[in-house]
Amino acid sequence: MTRVSDIAHSKLPEIFQSWFAARGWQPRAHQLELLDNASQGRSTLLVAPTGAGKTLAGFLPSLVDLSSLPPSALKKRGLHTLYISPLKALAVDIARNLETPVSEMGLPFTIETRTGDTPAHKRARQAERPPHILLTTPEQLALLLAHRHASKLFADLKTVILDELHALVTSKRGDLLALDLARLHRLSPSLVTIGLSATVREPIDLQRYLVPQLKNQANQSELVCVTGGAQAKIGILKSAKRLPLAGHTALASMPEIYKAITAHHMTLVFVNTRMQAEFVFQELWKLNEASLPIALHHGSLDVGQRRKVEAAMVSGSLRAIVCTATLDLGIDWGDVDLVINVGAPKGASRLMQRIGRSNHRFDEPSQALLVPANRFEALECQAALGAVEAAAQDTPDARIGTLDVLAQHILGMACADGFNTDELYDEICTASPYATLTRKDFDRTLDFAATGGYSLRAYEHFAKIKEGSDGIWRISTPRTAQHYRMNIGTIVESTMLKVRLGRMTKAGTPQRGGRVLGEVEDYFAEGLVLGDTFIFAGEVLRFEGLIGNEAIVTRAAKGVDPKIPAYAGGKFPLSTFLAERVRAMLANEKEWKILPPEVSQWLEWQKEKSVLPKKGELLVESFPSGDRFYLALYPFEGRLAHQTLGVLLTKRLERARMKPLGFVCNDYGICVWALRDLGEAMQNSLLSLDDLLHEDMLGDDLEEWLSDSSVMKRAFRYCAVISGLIERRHPGQEKSGRQVTVSTDLVYDVLRRHEPDHILLKAARADAASGLLDLKRLGDMLKRIRGHVVFKALEKVSPLSVAVLLEIGRESVYGEAAEDLLADAERSLLEEAIG
Amino acid sequence: MNKESAHQSALLSIGDLRLTPDISGVLHEPNEKILIVSDLHLEKASSLARRGSLLPPYDTLDTLRRLSLAIDRLRPQTIISLGDTWHDTHGPSRMGDDNSALFAALRKKMDWIFITGNHDPDPPHFSSARVMNEIEIGGVYFRHEPNIKITEPEIAGHLHPAAKIRAKGRSVRRKCFISDSMRCVLPAFGSLTGGLNVLDKAFNPLFPEQKFLTHIVSSDQLFTVGPQSLVSD
Repeated sequence: MTRVSDIAHSKLPEIFQSWFAARGWQPRAHQLELLDNASQGRSTLLVAPTGAGKTLAGFLPSLVDLSSLPPSALKKRGLHTLYISPLKALAVDIARNLETPVSEMGLPFTIETRTGDTPAHKRARQAERPPHILLTTPEQLALLLAHRHASKLFADLKTVILDELHALVTSKRGDLLALDLARLHRLSPSLVTIGLSATVREPIDLQRYLVPQLKNQANQSELVCVTGGAQAKIGILKSAKRLPLAGHTALASMPEIYKAITAHHMTLVFVNTRMQAEFVFQELWKLNEASLPIALHHGSLDVGQRRKVEAAMVSGSLRAIVCTATLDLGIDWGDVDLVINVGAPKGASRLMQRIGRSNHRFDEPSQALLVPANRFEALECQAALGAVEAAAQDTPDARIGTLDVLAQHILGMACADGFNTDELYDEICTASPYATLTRKDFDRTLDFAATGGYSLRAYEHFAKIKEGSDGIWRISTPRTAQHYRMNIGTIVESTMLKVRLGRMTKAGTPQRGGRVLGEVEDYFAEGLVLGDTFIFAGEVLRFEGLIGNEAIVTRAAKGVDPKIPAYAGGKFPLSTFLAERVRAMLANEKEWKILPPEVSQWLEWQKEKSVLPKKGELLVESFPSGDRFYLALYPFEGRLAHQTLGVLLTKRLERARMKPLGFVCNDYGICVWALRDLGEAMQNSLLSLDDLLHEDMLGDDLEEWLSDSSVMKRAFRYCAVISGLIERRHPGQEKSGRQVTVSTDLVYDVLRRHEPDHILLKAARADAASGLLDLKRLGDMLKRIRGHVVFKALEKVSPLSVAVLLEIGRESVYGEAAEDLLADAERSLLEEAIG
Repeated sequence: MNKESAHQSALLSIGDLRLTPDISGVLHEPNEKILIVSDLHLEKASSLARRGSLLPPYDTLDTLRRLSLAIDRLRPQTIISLGDTWHDTHGPSRMGDDNSALFAALRKKMDWIFITGNHDPDPPHFSSARVMNEIEIGGVYFRHEPNIKITEPEIAGHLHPAAKIRAKGRSVRRKCFISDSMRCVLPAFGSLTGGLNVLDKAFNPLFPEQKFLTHIVSSDQLFTVGPQSLVSD
């Protein structure tokens, strides 16, 4: 034990020391270090793997401080500690865990949770008479801060604990929480923050997040890192069957996966999409002769169903759970001794966190098995293995705070005590995501929140918030506060449809009847035609029709195959870091030895028939097939960046009159096809790769496509809801919703035509660029490969390109515009008329 | 099929009138040089702004500009606005000066007939324009709300028809005309006015047994599609 913790140990009151001793425990060094920091008013980021006693470390300073108060003072003490978690289930779980030490030590503290499920009367009471320790979510904190008595409520707040901080800061929720944290620091200047996080690439980003940023000067919290723990034992599953060239099902490996499950006590089988989860679950049950209790868990399943699975897991009555990212985060789900990751891991940090779900005993090694589903994924698994061994991380960069979230926050602050613009601007700049916010953008966002921010000053009379003669901005009508409370939060779900078992009447119309199986995004249901079959909740279902906001389904007859394979909720693109490692492996033949034989042989063939790109090179191949001419590129930059590249490339080929027809892509490469011979055009210098792949494609071409693309419309819809321009639809309102709410697509079109530089379009544009389009990554790639493009004209398809081309039929092919669908429908009318 | 033929194939016969649905969303009667437009919903954004939804205050300008383009192209002598010209009764008083001037210029060019609608039961009376509850031309009635009880042919608005097509795992939803030989309902022309799916039960009594055609308004052409290709929301 270090000297620091020796000193700190003496700070641990008798009652705590004997509590530890009674359980045969020693307070850990990092727990004492946090205690020491907090007692000196220093905020701290604790980075530790699972099982290191993170939660107790976070709460210990608060428990010790509260225990020092005499009963009379304790009784008068208001809110002392806030705990913020990304999941409400986690807040509830932690509250339960906290009760144990507190009651065992006989400490008379009040501990309460506050989530969306907390009854209104209890929430009202909490705002009047708060508990000592409140466990809640970022959204509830925002609501509390917009309360008229917020400054009183938080005046004596001593500690804020932010759990799973690495997961919180990567989204708009992180922006909102940062703004709320800035407000808390102002209301209670001596506030100490404690961040709990899994291992991240740049802890300094989180250290900054925890403390107020000062002008022209970096400010960061203390850092305590718990290293060690036993090195995880990770293997790549070697299937008896050959690894296919493409596909994501890992069907061939199911027998080995099942065998691994039988050999372990409790296995978590992680997959990347909900569709894969459904598939793997079905296949495992086909093999499940021993009828092992194997369950399914993903975000679309009914909440009740999920809670049942979680409870069964904690009680130890399950042998395996097939799950998606829903189980990535922190709840201690019982005694997992094996983690299997099916498909490519996509990111090293994500993989490490998943592996960490196994074996919560800190000093014993976690066991994990990677199962590649195709040959590209075999490369990726190998790369990830190397990354884990090197303990390399690829968590995303720190975010720049978005303006739609800022607009929401400004409204909230007007609902509270009101604000002075200069003071609010300074306060907001202390939040690390907003440290670089310009005064101009702040003013424009404020103007947007007040009157819509239009250059045509039409709405001065209808302003939501107004500046009083005392220079304080307040809400102009109570309705503003009501709207704000209804629209709080940054998670804009696509409208979800319930999937309910039903039956068909004799007349052939669907009827509700059975239970709700879960929910699907409406865009999925939009694409279904009556009679379509798809896998959901572990069964093959037949779509019978929509009633209200429910999709009515029946169980498909035995042996019926699902027709619609594409329920792909939740996909992650390949991380830049892993992509780089994969490219390096391709270039270095020596590394091929460790790959499965069919993979290294595949690479050998590629070398023989075409070429393998050297490090830093981009390989482009051309070849004819059927009556089409293909162009294959292998940037390894992830699906999102490739989709954007595909769209822009197709546009350029169109302009070059090469008659492109469509393209398909995966995480590794893209294939474009056209009616005219692309390879010949290149060789005759009619077409130049340098021009085709020039960075200027991110200029006008991008703008032209973006302005009318569904990507921008979706981004705009999210920004419009978060910023409060459009009201959120709430359950029960769906029916009238369509007539009452104005479609954001129409709003987008009007705004783009008349005020293209409006602040909300700017916000939507920034979101689309960083999220759905991955523009930065694409731009970096185009810069990187300039002068390093290797072109190979081939007579026929290359081994690498086959693996990309096989995505056709799995992924939708781009280039089929809405107009084509309409033209098809018109054609069918004509055919009917003629025939 | 090329765009030209798609264009020409859309010709409606309602009673004795021959009408062409136009890609702009207006209906054109070339012989009498009449242009019919419905549900402009002028000043809709400012109407919603009164209740706290601060939508872009450009919908009136946008709607008038698009109408002006259609007028320049089709050169009618008479315009019939089929009701809900204004989103609410106070709309005219909220209209900005520029838009008022633009609207006045449009009215000067030709005769206007304003049919009353449920949103504007008492629209302002402009000089050289008539305000009527309905009008009959060549045996065809022009009114705001379709009237199922009457058996004469009619041209109406009010319902904001929209059509939705679904194929290949994707769907498209657009404003449309819906018609049979007795009746045509026009799409809402206003820039911020959405649509009601033509398979909604509100259309059932007007077009029994789903015998109708839709003419779907898309960016640069009209598509004529029958009910068998359409889906509900």
